[in-house]
Order: sequence, then C-alpha cells, then structure tokens
Amino acid sequence: MEDNFKLEIISPERIIFSDDTKMVTLPSYEGDMSILKNHISVITLLRPGIIKVQKNDGNSEDFFIQDGTVEYFNDSLVVLSASVINVKDLSKEFVDNLNKDTQDKLTDKNIADHERYVLHHKLDVLKEIQV
Amino acid sequence: MPSLDDLKKRISSIKSTQKITKAMKMVAAAKLKRAQENAERGRPFSEKMNNIILNLSNSISDKNDASKFLVGTEKDNTHLCVVITADRGLCGGFNTNICKKAKNYFDKILKEGKSLKIFTVGSKGYDQLKRVYGKYIIKKINFKGFKKITYKEAENVGEIVIKLFSESQFDVCKIFYNKFKNVISQIPQEQQIIPIENQKKEELKKSDNFYEFEPEENEILNNLLPRNISAQIFKAFLENAASEQGSRMTAMDSATRNAGDLVDKLTITYNRSRQAAITKELIEIISGAESL
Repeated sequence: MEDNFKLEIISPERIIFSDDTKMVTLPSYEGDMSILKNHISVITLLRPGIIKVQKNDGNSEDFFIQDGTVEYFNDSLVVLSASVINVKDLSKEFVDNLNKDTQDKLTDKNIADHERYVLHHKLDVLKEIQV
Repeated sequence: MPSLDDLKKRISSIKSTQKITKAMKMVAAAKLKRAQENAERGRPFSEKMNNIILNLSNSISDKNDASKFLVGTEKDNTHLCVVITADRGLCGGFNTNICKKAKNYFDKILKEGKSLKIFTVGSKGYDQLKRVYGKYIIKKINFKGFKKITYKEAENVGEIVIKLFSESQFDVCKIFYNKFKNVISQIPQEQQIIPIENQKKEELKKSDNFYEFEPEENEILNNLLPRNISAQIFKAFLENAASEQGSRMTAMDSATRNAGDLVDKLTITYNRSRQAAITKELIEIISGAESL
C-alpha cells in the first residue's frame, strides 16, 4: 500500500487510534486541512471540530475534538488532544452539556475575541453533530 | 514470662493482623496491574508532547520573544516545589522517600538564600512536611474520595501552577514524585517544569528538520507549554499511582512475612511454657507420691 501513512490519536490516558490511513481531514487552526502521504512536515494547533479519518478499507471514522496539537513528520501523523471522542461514542447528554457550557462561557464579557471565535465555532460544530 | 493466656491472645491478634496485611497485598497487586497499564498507556502522550516542544523550541530564532515558560523569568529567586504524594499510608517508604528528596532540595534552596514555596498534592506529603516547612506551604490539595485520578485533576493542578506563575509568584517550578521502575524499586524524581529544562545537545541534532508552522511558532508554544505542564503533572500522577501500589504490595508482603515469623516464635514459646507447666505439675505429683 503506497499511499498510506500512519495516524496516531493520543490522549493523556491512552492511545485512541493507531493505524494506517489514506487521508485525514483536520480542523486546523486556520481552516480545515486534509493530509495525504508525503505532506510537508507541519506542526499546528487544532480548533474544535471533527477529525475525519479515511481508513485503508474505504471506511471512515470520525472523532470529535475540542482542542489539540498535530505533528506530521516523516509520514506519521500524531494528534495530541485531551478531548478526543469517537463520534460514535458521543451521547446526546454530553453534547447538550457541552453546548450549555460553551454558551455559558460566551456570556462572559471578558473573554478575548479569539476565544469568542473559537467558542462560536464550537457551537457550530456541535450543531452539526447529530446524535 | 507471659502467661499462657496472654500468649494465646497475642498469637491470635498477630494472626488477624497477618490476614489484613495479606488482603491488602492482594488488593495492591490487583490495583498495581491496572495502575501499571495506565502509566504505560500515558507515556506516549507526554513523550510526543515533549518531542513537539523540542522541535518548536529549536526552530525559534528569536529567544527574546519566546514564551516565559520556555526561557524562564531570567531570575532564580523563588522556587515553587510541587510535592506529589499519596493520600494513603501503609505503603512502605513511598511517601517518605518523596519527602526526603524534597526536603534535601528545600534545604539546599534555603541555604542559598532563595525563597521557597511549597505546593503539596496528596495529604500524606502535607502531613510529613507541615511540621518543619509549614510556613512555606502556600497550597495543598488532595484527592481523597476520588476513585480514579483523571486528566482533569492534573489540569486543575496545572492551572493553579500556571496562575501562580502568571502572577510572578515564582521563577522556577519543580515537581517531586516517584517514578515506577518495577514492583520493588521506585525512584524518587525531581523534575523541573518551568522553565523547561534544556534538552541534551545530541537530541537537538537528531531532530534537525524543517517544519511548517501554523500559526507562528511562538503562538503555538504559548498555547502548548501550559498544556505541557498539565501533561507532565499527569504523567507524575500516573507514575505515582503505579509506584504507590507497588510499594504497598512489597511493604504488605514483608509485613505478612514478619507476622508469620512472629507467630512461629510465639507458638514455640507458648508450647514450651505449656510443657513446662505440665512438667511442673508432674514433678509435684511424683514428689508428693514419693514423700508418702
């Protein structure tokens, strides 16, 4: 398989995903970005969103994240995040709680513009998720 | 010479203690397995995190502009020591070893005339340090009643440290914990988390590659370094949890064995005094019969 590269999604508690993949779409800091094999080495931050993983067998798997860091080097992609959840495992309760938390945070007047933007974005992503 | 009744009581009390220590050993062994797995599963995260930060800090050309977490405050006056211990005792020298290591460091700092601040995580560390270093302890936290320590707790501790740092309460931060080597040996560690210790030169050369950064290096670092603190603290928690169970297991194992030895010894004494009493009675009967 020539077009494959290794993806590892790691949380502080365990390795959540580790396998060869064809393509990974990441909600990167400045916009979504898809990574294929032989991508240039990159380090970037993630914003809230969905990581779409296209696996070798053609199936895809989605992960919801709230923040994180990505490193691509030497055909291996590493996603570090304390808040990764497989979309399949998301519960309605969790999404609702997060939605409420985010809205509560938005009511705080003292937050920086950038943070406000991230929070708004998080709300949008949450809306898209259907549980 | 204790009476037969006393001996009997002591033997049975030691036997029941032995039962308890044996049970604790079993429990520790079961928990150890899980804690060890957790510690091993947690390692990749902090390793990769370190790696990324290493790569980032290498590519920063302008050190003046770099994050304070990386370069420090250029001062070395106030040291914050985060002493991470267990909330429970009966685990051999586990807590004492961490405290001993920390105390050595405290004395060194105080001798150099620098000021010291202590943040204890876990109630046992606080108990051991409060008598001598009570006035230096600025914060204490424990996780009594928590079933499992998750990343959230580490994040909380990390946030406290970061908050103190942003208020310029200290210049250097070190954490003290036990590294889990194997069941019988746990090594007390001292690790500097602010500013991040300079890595060895060899490692620098090895990772000499070009990256594209999005956003700017400094911005990523500013975002990443506080997270790294939580990650390092979480790693310390995991190592500590495994070490605690390992240490308890060995301590309880030797306690069980000591209790066994003691029971054997007391049983011999018991049997001997029983025999002595019988012999005495026989002699009395025989000499009584003879005198007739």
